[in-house]
Amino acid sequence: MRTFIVLLQKEFLQIRRNSFLPRLIIAFPVLVMLLMPLIMTMDVRNVNVALVDLDLSVVSRRIASHIEASEYLDLIETTAEYQLAIEALEQGEVDVIVQIPDNFERDMMLSAPERISIIANAVNATKGGIGMQYIVQTIARALAELRGENAPVGFSELMTVENRYNPTLDYRHYMIPALMIILFILICGFLPALSIVGEKESGSIEQINVTPVSRFTFILSKLVPYWIIGLFVLTVAIIVARLVYGLEPAGSVWAIYLGALLFIFTISGFSLTVANFSETMQQTMFVMFFFIMIFMLMSGLLTPVDSMPEWAQRFTLILPPRYFVEILRSVYLKGTSIAELWVNYVALALFAFVFNTLAAVTYKKQI
Amino acid sequence: MSAIEIHNLSKCFAKTKAVDNVSFCVEKGELFGLIGPDGAGKTTLFRLLTTLLNPDSGNAKVDGCDIVEDYIAIRSRVGYMPGRFSLYPDLTVEENLQFFAALFGADVEESYELIAPVYKHIEPFRARRAGKLSGGMKQKLALSCALIHRPSVLFLDEPTTGVDAVSRSEFWDMLACLKEKGLTILVSTPYMDEALRCDRIALCNEGRVLCIDTPKEIIRRFDRKLYGISAKTMFRLLEKARKATGVEGCYPFGEMHHLVVNDKFDVESFKIELGDIEGLQIVSVEPTIEDMFIKLMK
Repeated sequence: MRTFIVLLQKEFLQIRRNSFLPRLIIAFPVLVMLLMPLIMTMDVRNVNVALVDLDLSVVSRRIASHIEASEYLDLIETTAEYQLAIEALEQGEVDVIVQIPDNFERDMMLSAPERISIIANAVNATKGGIGMQYIVQTIARALAELRGENAPVGFSELMTVENRYNPTLDYRHYMIPALMIILFILICGFLPALSIVGEKESGSIEQINVTPVSRFTFILSKLVPYWIIGLFVLTVAIIVARLVYGLEPAGSVWAIYLGALLFIFTISGFSLTVANFSETMQQTMFVMFFFIMIFMLMSGLLTPVDSMPEWAQRFTLILPPRYFVEILRSVYLKGTSIAELWVNYVALALFAFVFNTLAAVTYKKQI
Repeated sequence: MSAIEIHNLSKCFAKTKAVDNVSFCVEKGELFGLIGPDGAGKTTLFRLLTTLLNPDSGNAKVDGCDIVEDYIAIRSRVGYMPGRFSLYPDLTVEENLQFFAALFGADVEESYELIAPVYKHIEPFRARRAGKLSGGMKQKLALSCALIHRPSVLFLDEPTTGVDAVSRSEFWDMLACLKEKGLTILVSTPYMDEALRCDRIALCNEGRVLCIDTPKEIIRRFDRKLYGISAKTMFRLLEKARKATGVEGCYPFGEMHHLVVNDKFDVESFKIELGDIEGLQIVSVEPTIEDMFIKLMK
């Protein structure tokens, strides 16, 4: 035990002595939490709309004012010439063209009026698709309003929409838990591996290996500091999310910490395994990077697992971050309890066990 | 019981035989030198004896403990100083020392009198980071750390490589001092001149031990007459001398060529045989360990 404390002290001393690490540990979570949510947004805003108004009626003006009023749409051009609008679309000044046919107002009450046509630039599929939806909704609302005013008995709205768990459909609320996981992967995944391989490179591991220190004690002394740092970083991230974005976990904080603890065990065990097989820092970096890419892209951090192809969905079952993503999002947004998420906790615990055993087995004190 | 007993120890890396059927013993309190060029297998032998490697075949005992079965016991009884500086460069001199003491459950105060001859040289710099020390001071710190737990056997792998001549000599004085205190020391070096300061030496090459004896005895065993020859055109001299009668070998040795000869050799007829060589000088010289080494390598 005394040996372990000595090793831990040495580890922290080294981290403190490092000119870069302590700053990274503080600045990294704060910056990631402050900057990334602003940048990594899937919300579609500033959709530029050109209105080709061939009708010039009350109806078309009503539609125009609705587009102008929308916070997602910018009406940048109103013209009577379709050709001009198409040119603007080609030059990228306009994302969506709305064309209101001649005599639309008059024909509106007929059974088959000429339809309003909407043309969108779908190079950016998300923006095109979502922008299109906004337009359709906006126009529908304008028309419904008009019909309601004209009808003797007010039209009642036929649909209501409610977005549960993330009522404002704020993409940030979806991303922030993912960012916390990325922080973990980088801090608890990269750093311990680099620190062990660093000892290999400097040769000091050899000096340790001829001491009576057991490999278990040594490895644990390499991990514990990053476990502590990981939990510290999580705390910082939770506080930043609360203060800056007003995002509070709907469920219990303990459910988050338990998941985090299991995930840290998993990822650090994984990083140790990688370290055991590498001789140089470069090698470690590349191998880690390869896996981290897969973790980031396939665990549902950025895109939902449900929309992946079937085989990919099955593959995600062996990616530990997938389970932690689910825990964090459910607890944060839905307030799900540990009991309801038990499968995810068990899966993480299993991964933690497997990777750490693998790390212990592959670490050879005698080469 | 000897401090180190090695029986038919072998270790291969892929197809290279790093240590090839080596056997020898080192007595308690002996300063034993492993002398050989780079790639002779010295480091591998050290790594086997300090339990960092497992042998392919053969066995060895260090301080009575088997290197495979009792490897844990060995680790607290030996001090090992690898060829490359391998302490923590970001910790200070004192922190390194305290750290290794703590790992062995030793106390710096208690061991102070043992390490003092070495440590007192670097004590004024105890607050300096180990990475910022000069080469010679790093060696002294590494030696202090290897001694901190009062080991009974000390393994020093090329401790003087890359250290200046004065520090090297100083380092050997320290080793002599430690030997006085009863430590068994196994030291390797590629420098033949350092061999003279060992009690016994083993000359090794390509994983094998060529001969083991005291340095004096090894020199005495050089049973040929040896000359030093020089001329203005050294290379031509070398080529011609090698072809002369009675010459067993001729090789560059510092400013001269060393000429190993047998009974058929005669200085006068040698001069005639060489023919016209400007500024030819022939002197009789005493053999050194290096001459013996070159002879054994053939």
